[in-house]
Amino acid sequence: MLAQQIVNAISLGGVYALFALGFTLIFGVLNVVNLAHGAVFMIGAYASLKAVVVLQLPLPAAILVAMLATGALGWLLDKFIFAPLRARHAPHLAPMIATIGVAITLTSLIEGTFGSENLRFPSEVLPAEALSMGGVQITWLELEIICLAFALMAILLWGLRKTGAGRALRGLAESPKAVALMGVNVESVFRVTSILAALLGGAAGMLIALYANAVFPRMGQPMLHKGIAVVILGGMGDIRGALLGGFFLGFAEVLSVAYVGSNMRDAIAFGLLFIVLLIRPQGLFGHVVQRRA
Amino acid sequence: MKLKQILAGAILALASLTGVAGAQIKIGAAEALTGNAAQYGAPIRRGFELALGEINGRGGINGQKIELVIEDEQGKKEEAINVFKKLIFQDKVLMLFGPTLSNSAQASDPVAQSAKVVAFGTSNTADGITSIGNYVFRNSVTEADILPVTLRIASQKTGLKKVAVLYGNDDIFTKSGYDNFKKALQDLKIPVTTTETFAKGDVDFKPQLTKIKASNADAVVLSALVAEGAPMMVQARQLGITLPFIGGNGMNSPRVFELAKDSSDNLWVGSPWSVENPAAENKKFILAYRKAHTMLPDQFAAQAYDAIYIVAQALKKIKITGKLEADRKSLRDALPAIQWTGATGPFKFRQVAGRDGRPAGYDAVQTAIVMMTKSNRYVIQK
Repeated sequence: MLAQQIVNAISLGGVYALFALGFTLIFGVLNVVNLAHGAVFMIGAYASLKAVVVLQLPLPAAILVAMLATGALGWLLDKFIFAPLRARHAPHLAPMIATIGVAITLTSLIEGTFGSENLRFPSEVLPAEALSMGGVQITWLELEIICLAFALMAILLWGLRKTGAGRALRGLAESPKAVALMGVNVESVFRVTSILAALLGGAAGMLIALYANAVFPRMGQPMLHKGIAVVILGGMGDIRGALLGGFFLGFAEVLSVAYVGSNMRDAIAFGLLFIVLLIRPQGLFGHVVQRRA
Repeated sequence: MKLKQILAGAILALASLTGVAGAQIKIGAAEALTGNAAQYGAPIRRGFELALGEINGRGGINGQKIELVIEDEQGKKEEAINVFKKLIFQDKVLMLFGPTLSNSAQASDPVAQSAKVVAFGTSNTADGITSIGNYVFRNSVTEADILPVTLRIASQKTGLKKVAVLYGNDDIFTKSGYDNFKKALQDLKIPVTTTETFAKGDVDFKPQLTKIKASNADAVVLSALVAEGAPMMVQARQLGITLPFIGGNGMNSPRVFELAKDSSDNLWVGSPWSVENPAAENKKFILAYRKAHTMLPDQFAAQAYDAIYIVAQALKKIKITGKLEADRKSLRDALPAIQWTGATGPFKFRQVAGRDGRPAGYDAVQTAIVMMTKSNRYVIQK
C-alpha cells in the first residue's frame, strides 16, 4: 500500500505544482495575486475539450488550442486590467479584486454557455489502462503530468537565467524602475509574463481535466485555494518553490489519508503547512521577497 | 353590416382571449437553474415543462390551462427563501414546487408553511423536510426508504461479507446518505472495513481508494453525487479495484455512463425510477422526453414530470373560486388522497410526524427498483 500511496502523492503533487507555476510567475513579476488563474485554468480545460469534441483534434493539438485560448486571455487580462492599474499606480489590492471579478464573470459565462454539468473527454481519446509495476498502478497521464511539471520548471528556470528576456523579467521582479532605466520595454515584459502565466494555466487545465476525468465551470476554485497555499509555502513568486510546495502538499494530503484518516486530510495537510510557515515565514525559497523588503 | 359583424367577432375573440388568460391556474416553481445544483434543476424543469405541455395540450384542467412561473433559486438557501416569497406574495401562485436541494428546502419550506401554501418537493430526499408542516409535500422517495433495499439485494446477489464506506462529508445530501447507509449496514449486520471521506471539488480519490483496496472489503458503499462518484469509479478501476460499488440516489443517473464510460460496470443503485423500467407509463415518458430534448431523462426529470400529474389530479377535484386563500387550502386538502401511476410507478402519500409529534407533511410511498450497471446500461435486479 505504501508504494502505491507514494505514487499517488507524486502524481497529485505534480497536479498542484503544474497549477502553481503560472500563478507564482505572475506574482513574482507583476506582483499581482491573480485570483483569476483558476478561471483561466478552467477556460484551458473547456477550450481543449471543445477542440477534441467539436474540431476532432488529437490531444497534442488540443493542448495548443488550450494554450492559444488562455494566452489570448492572458493578453486581455494585462491589456485591460493590469496595465491600466499599473499606469495609475493602483494599490496592491485593486488588481487582486479586479481578478476576482474576472473569475466570477468567466465562470458564469461558461456556466451559462455550456451548463454546470460535468463534462469529460471522450474515453477513446485517452486509454484509461494503467501501467502495473510490482502491484503499483500508474497511468500514462500521471507520468506525463509529473514529467511535464518538472520539464516546464526546468525550461522556465533556464529561460529566466540564460535569456535576455529572462534577465529582464528577473530584473523587473527586483525593481521595475531600474530595468526601465536600462532601456528595457517594461510594459511588454509585463504583457509577455501575463500571457506566459496564462499559457501555463491553460495547459494545466487540460491535463488536470484529463487526469480528474472532469471538466466543469467551478473546477478552478478548489485548485486556486490549494494553489495559493502551495505558492505561499514555496515562497511567493519562486518557481522552484511552486514545484516543491506542490509536492509537499501532495505528500501531506496522501499520507494523512493513508495513516490518519481521510476525515482529517485537510486539517493535517494545512496544519503542517501552517507549521512550516511558522518556522520559515518567507516560505521554502522565500529569499527574494526578503531581499525586496 | 359586415363591418359590424367583424367588429363584434373581434370583440368576442378579445374577450375570450382575456377570459382564458384570467382563468389560468398559476403555479410556481423554485429550482436551481444556475450554479452547481443546476445539473438537477435543469432536468427538473424539463420534466415540468413536458408534463405541462401534455396537460395543456389536452385542454388543461376543467378547461383552465396551467401556467408555470419558474424562478432560479441557484441552489442556495437564501435565494430559495427570496424566490419562495416572490412566488407566494408577488406572483400569488396557487402552490409551488421546489426547491431543488434538501439544504434549501430546510430553509424555504417554513416560509410556505406559514403562508399556508403547498410546497411540493420533487427532489428533496434528506430526512426531516416534510416534518416542517402539513403544507409540505414531496414525491421524491427518501434515501432512508431506498438504501436498505439496495443494500439487501446487492448483498444477496454478490454474497458480500464486509464493505468499505466512502462518502462526501461536506454536503448535507451525501452525509445524510452516509447516515442511512450506516444504519442499514448495522441492521443487516454487515461489518465495515474502513470509512473514508472526500470533499466537494476533489479531483483525486486515489489515496482513499488505495486504502480501501488494502482493507480487503468485498464491496464499496458510496454516498456521492455523479460529479465525484463517476471519476471515483474510473480511478478505482485504474488502481485495479474491481469490487462492486453500491450507491445512493446521487449515483442513479445515466450520466454515469458518459462520465465513467467503460469503468461504470458493477455499480448498484436503487430508485423508484429506472430508464430500463418497461412499464407503459415510463416508456411513454421516456419517448416524449427524448423527442423534446434529444437526450435521456434522469430520475429528477421523471419525478418532476410525475409531480405535475399528481397536482393535476388534485386540481381536477377542487373548485377554483378565485379566492386565493381558500383555493390554496382546498388544494392542500385534496392532495393527500391522490394516488397516481406515472413514470416512477405507483405512488401515494404517507403522512409523517412533525417535530412536535403531531401529524405534519407528506412523504412518498413507492417501491424501489434495484439496478446494476453492465456494459453502460442499467440491468434491473429482482
